[in-house]
Amino acid sequence: MTKIHLTVDGGAVSEDVEPRMLLVQFLREKLGKTGTLIGCDTSNCGACTVHLDGRAVKSCNVLAVQADGGEVTTIEGLAATYDGGELHPVQAAFHECHALQCGFCTPGMIMRSVDLLNENPDPTEDEIREGLEGNLCRCTGYHNIVRAVQTAAAAGKGEEQ
Amino acid sequence: MIPAAFDYAAPTTVDEALALLAEHGEDAKLIAGGQSLLPVLRLRLNAPEFVIDLGRIDALRGVRDDGGALVVGAMTTHATVATDPLIAQHAALVSKAVRTVADAQVRNRGTFGGALAHADPAGDVGAPALALGAQFVIAEQGGGRRTVDAGDFFVDLFETAIGEDELLTEIRIPKHTGWGAHYEKFVRIAQQWSIVAVAATVRAEGGTIAEARVALTNMGATPLRATAVEELLRGRPATEDAIRDAVSSVADGTSPPADLNGDADYRRHLARVLTRRAVLTAATG
Amino acid sequence: MTVTADRPAAEIGRDRRRKEDRRLITGSSRYTDNIVLPGMLHLAMVRSPFAHARVTSIDAAEAKAAANVVAVYTAADLDESAGVLINAWPITPDQVTPVHPVLAADRVTFAGEIVAVVVARSAAAARDAAELVDVDYDELPAALDLKEAVQDTVLAHPDLGTNKSALWVFDSAAAGTGGNVEDAITAARADGVVIEREYRQNRLIPAFMEPRSVVVDPTGEQLTMWSATQVPHIVRFALAATTGVPENKIRVIAPDVGGGFGGKLQVTPEEWLAWWIARQVHKPVKYTETRSESMIAAHHGRDQWQKLTLAATKDGRVTGLKVELTADLGSYVAIVGGGVPVLGAFMFNAIYKIPAYHFACQTVLTNKTWTDAYRGAGRPEATFAIERLMSDLADELGMDPLELREKNWITHEEFPFTTVAGLEYDSGNYEAATASAKKFFGYDELRAEQARRRAAGDPVQLGIGISTFTEMCGLAPSRVLGSLDYGAGGWEHASVRMLATGKVEVATGTSAHGQGHETAFSQIVADRLGVPFEDVEILHGDTQVSVKGLDTYGSRSLVVGGEALVKAADKVVEKAKPVAAHLLEAAVDDIEFQGGRFGVKGTDAGVTIQEVAGAVFTAHNLPDGMEPSIDAEATYDPINFNYPHGTHLCAVEVDTETGQVRLRKYTCVDDVGTIVNPLIVEGQVHGGLAQGIAQALYEDAVFDDAGTLVSGSFVDYLVPSAADLISFDAHHASTPATTNTLGTKGVGEAGTIASTPAVVNAVLDAVRQFGVEDIVMPCSPARVYAAIAAARAGDTGTTTEGAGA
Repeated sequence: MTKIHLTVDGGAVSEDVEPRMLLVQFLREKLGKTGTLIGCDTSNCGACTVHLDGRAVKSCNVLAVQADGGEVTTIEGLAATYDGGELHPVQAAFHECHALQCGFCTPGMIMRSVDLLNENPDPTEDEIREGLEGNLCRCTGYHNIVRAVQTAAAAGKGEEQ
Repeated sequence: MIPAAFDYAAPTTVDEALALLAEHGEDAKLIAGGQSLLPVLRLRLNAPEFVIDLGRIDALRGVRDDGGALVVGAMTTHATVATDPLIAQHAALVSKAVRTVADAQVRNRGTFGGALAHADPAGDVGAPALALGAQFVIAEQGGGRRTVDAGDFFVDLFETAIGEDELLTEIRIPKHTGWGAHYEKFVRIAQQWSIVAVAATVRAEGGTIAEARVALTNMGATPLRATAVEELLRGRPATEDAIRDAVSSVADGTSPPADLNGDADYRRHLARVLTRRAVLTAATG
Repeated sequence: MTVTADRPAAEIGRDRRRKEDRRLITGSSRYTDNIVLPGMLHLAMVRSPFAHARVTSIDAAEAKAAANVVAVYTAADLDESAGVLINAWPITPDQVTPVHPVLAADRVTFAGEIVAVVVARSAAAARDAAELVDVDYDELPAALDLKEAVQDTVLAHPDLGTNKSALWVFDSAAAGTGGNVEDAITAARADGVVIEREYRQNRLIPAFMEPRSVVVDPTGEQLTMWSATQVPHIVRFALAATTGVPENKIRVIAPDVGGGFGGKLQVTPEEWLAWWIARQVHKPVKYTETRSESMIAAHHGRDQWQKLTLAATKDGRVTGLKVELTADLGSYVAIVGGGVPVLGAFMFNAIYKIPAYHFACQTVLTNKTWTDAYRGAGRPEATFAIERLMSDLADELGMDPLELREKNWITHEEFPFTTVAGLEYDSGNYEAATASAKKFFGYDELRAEQARRRAAGDPVQLGIGISTFTEMCGLAPSRVLGSLDYGAGGWEHASVRMLATGKVEVATGTSAHGQGHETAFSQIVADRLGVPFEDVEILHGDTQVSVKGLDTYGSRSLVVGGEALVKAADKVVEKAKPVAAHLLEAAVDDIEFQGGRFGVKGTDAGVTIQEVAGAVFTAHNLPDGMEPSIDAEATYDPINFNYPHGTHLCAVEVDTETGQVRLRKYTCVDDVGTIVNPLIVEGQVHGGLAQGIAQALYEDAVFDDAGTLVSGSFVDYLVPSAADLISFDAHHASTPATTNTLGTKGVGEAGTIASTPAVVNAVLDAVRQFGVEDIVMPCSPARVYAAIAAARAGDTGTTTEGAGA
């Protein structure tokens, strides 16, 4: 067991973990952050995407001990949405554009989309599509996911002006 | 999905890491970004008893200008390499190739040195490093450093010149300032490993190819430098027909793999087409 | 209380944003693997690495002794209460059906079959101990290749004596629905055209994003199972029927379910093991599969060879169609495994007036993963075959493929139309959908560009593919199912509860897993009862709440479940009328209901349905003898299948130097009748298209010579990402169905059914000029390039799955 200390969704956490524990297992099993999901075992699907120190990573592909001292944001901490609080613009755009069906890829898809827009606030459709290559969705055909990212980008521009 | 249990240490210096390697021998496995290692551990295709995390060694990160070469710390992430202005200016081939590695999340964690040391023949960093004549700085037990040329670095499938008790610290990339570059990657779906890819960088003078560097991904157990083709390209006009002719032998003598994506003959055919396209794009932008 | 005047006139047709979204986009989801119960134990499976082998010994001693391990079970430990896995649709009386035990005993029949289960205090401990279970196998020869397996040279189940499970035949001459196909073929050989083809339906993996997961809680009066399933009611029934636990003691819950596409309509060994083990250890247990396990153990789809003979006149009128299928069941007959190709039997004639038809399907056992429904289930295979044939016939005759189709399709004046397969299509307008699709697609412009590229010898050639499809969905009239020996009915149930506060609780027997029922059904009920959309709560997926139902598959939820909902809501109104009349001191006959308000004809007097609900709750002032309830339920058995249709046009660019195929444009006009929520309908179409396109270009479940699934992860099983697809140009036409109140048609499978042949036809359209006649799916670059190269060398493309792919 190794003691790790990190910040998850704005809160300090400290836990003993086995070195083999994956970050996604740590989030789900130790912290009960079940909003982050596991869709594969080869790091292809991206369902487990979270932000580690501000960048999107696949939390199945990071050991919890590697995240020691880091700052993790999950879908649950993206916006203070509990008790009816306002959605993050990307969450709002996913809702508005019907960019989700079963919802299983959605947390990862949203976390990656936020990261993509942080890198490139005004992406072309091709840049969005390429930028989401590490996230699989089986329901939407991606059409409305692309629309949602475009919508969120436009909303972001609106805010800047 | 759950790796077998292992012990773990996260040294903060290269010397500490080397000491841990010496202590644990073949039971130990180094983890850099972990983007190739962790899938293997999750699937229990490998079960090291001890994992040494290089992620806390700050000295292994970053890109710096060292006169005639750029020096890339082995633990520099793909994302950093892909967006580094020095690399874009002096080793554009590396920037372009690294942008095609896996996906954004993997590039945010995966490291340039880790991928080179992993030496997956379908990986996208080996061929550009080879084409540009990179040198690999390896830390030895006892504090020494040795430098290995790219031509000697890739030994076999997943095997490099790095010894079991050594580690890769830096990659020195000779500057190719002003050279055009292109990495032509052939895949069926975007996220796939390269079926075949070609790294080409060209110094053009007027409409002529003054010098060219070409290397192939996944056309054998290691990245392959196409030196004969480079010679044939020298002095040719940068036109499709001239290049087609010069690169026609690029796949001769190669032993590419056969899998669901195609047999060896198909890959050799692809190598010819992709080399032509890569060189043409590198020469003409 | 007053009438809610701000409520829009019609919810149906509005692009309501989904009620389901908020919990899913904020991470407040409740997928099965999220469930943690006190004292919960975890299961890990030990699976066979061999396709066919005798299990000579299992040594679990070390595993049992490992830390935190509670038990290890093998087949020897099971008793009758473990049950078996059932086939609910024996397609012929003499179907050969191997017994499917929940744990393999002395023999494993596919690579991935479970031979032992470890129960431990953590998932990690269970996995660690599973590695310690020592199983000895004696490998047996495996029946792998479908065409070889049908020869019975190597048997998947030696004790059965054959791999041939069932031969199912339909003949229009025998059935009296059409002529004799052999006569038609003979006539066409003499003076006409005969097209003979053999197409391959590649084996696919449903690849729902949520791996299957099951939790069983044996505490409490009812035993509770949570499962990532499409079919909680069917699971409950099957548990009762096979494990000896009375049905009234079983509660099955499908909480949030991360996609299914048919892949989760199964009853599975993993569920049955969890059910039995929880009862053995008297503790809650959980099993969640890894993706690697899902790829080998969850059922696959498609996997057929299709031998086809199409007879036509020289001017392009189809005179007969003969279909001979060989379908791979895998090593067991799954719950409706054998029935999937039979569903296709009624769809090969598609939208066309084909006078003579013969269909025969041989289902075959092999030592591979079992197969069953995957999005479209039988209809995509049929649609692929006929739409490929029609394009091949057009090519043979030198006709425009759209013109050929038009010459043969049922015109809109001809509905209702009884087909050669004996179905009555209630409505449709193929002309309108096609005209619309051509316009949106820019058909003529793309044909012109194609001609230019061809003339210029461009290395990148353009191809245009067509698919004018229909399908039968809305499963299904119970009598028809009965006539096909299906083990259940096809009805659906709904109940509507008017709560004291005027809110509405609706329970549906359908079980959504991404379809948006909570939203669409709310719209229907809101309209029907005249209550605000927000006031309607749709409950589903829990047998304790949705007490009756037959779940979600076969694009049935809206057209069957929705109709049940309509009928239940209408009953509520009827029950409320006498109360309203009583409260208004009027005669029942003078009461009219509109917009949520019961009014008295010719007066301003009225009460809202919410007021009636309140009055019924207090029951202080009801008509004499009336029970204090206006709640209602309805069970609806459809009178017919449901027939959405559409025209799909696809343009692809084929790089003739590499064989790479890129989508250029995809236009579809789907006629799904009355649309309840256009946003949801569009989403269903988009997702369907992606899966159909993926069959054409990317996905392939390939086994090697040893029976190991080579494409056993997302590294090799190529599910496309956003970067591999394009934005779709999806439109609607609307010819209301005449067989349900709202005029709706199913849309869940349409995109998948239609798109695969559109894409392959497009690829072939680009390369037919070189002499290519067929490319096996998926049309990988290697296959496309090989086909071009072979054709250029004078060797016409043949249907093999051989080298280079």
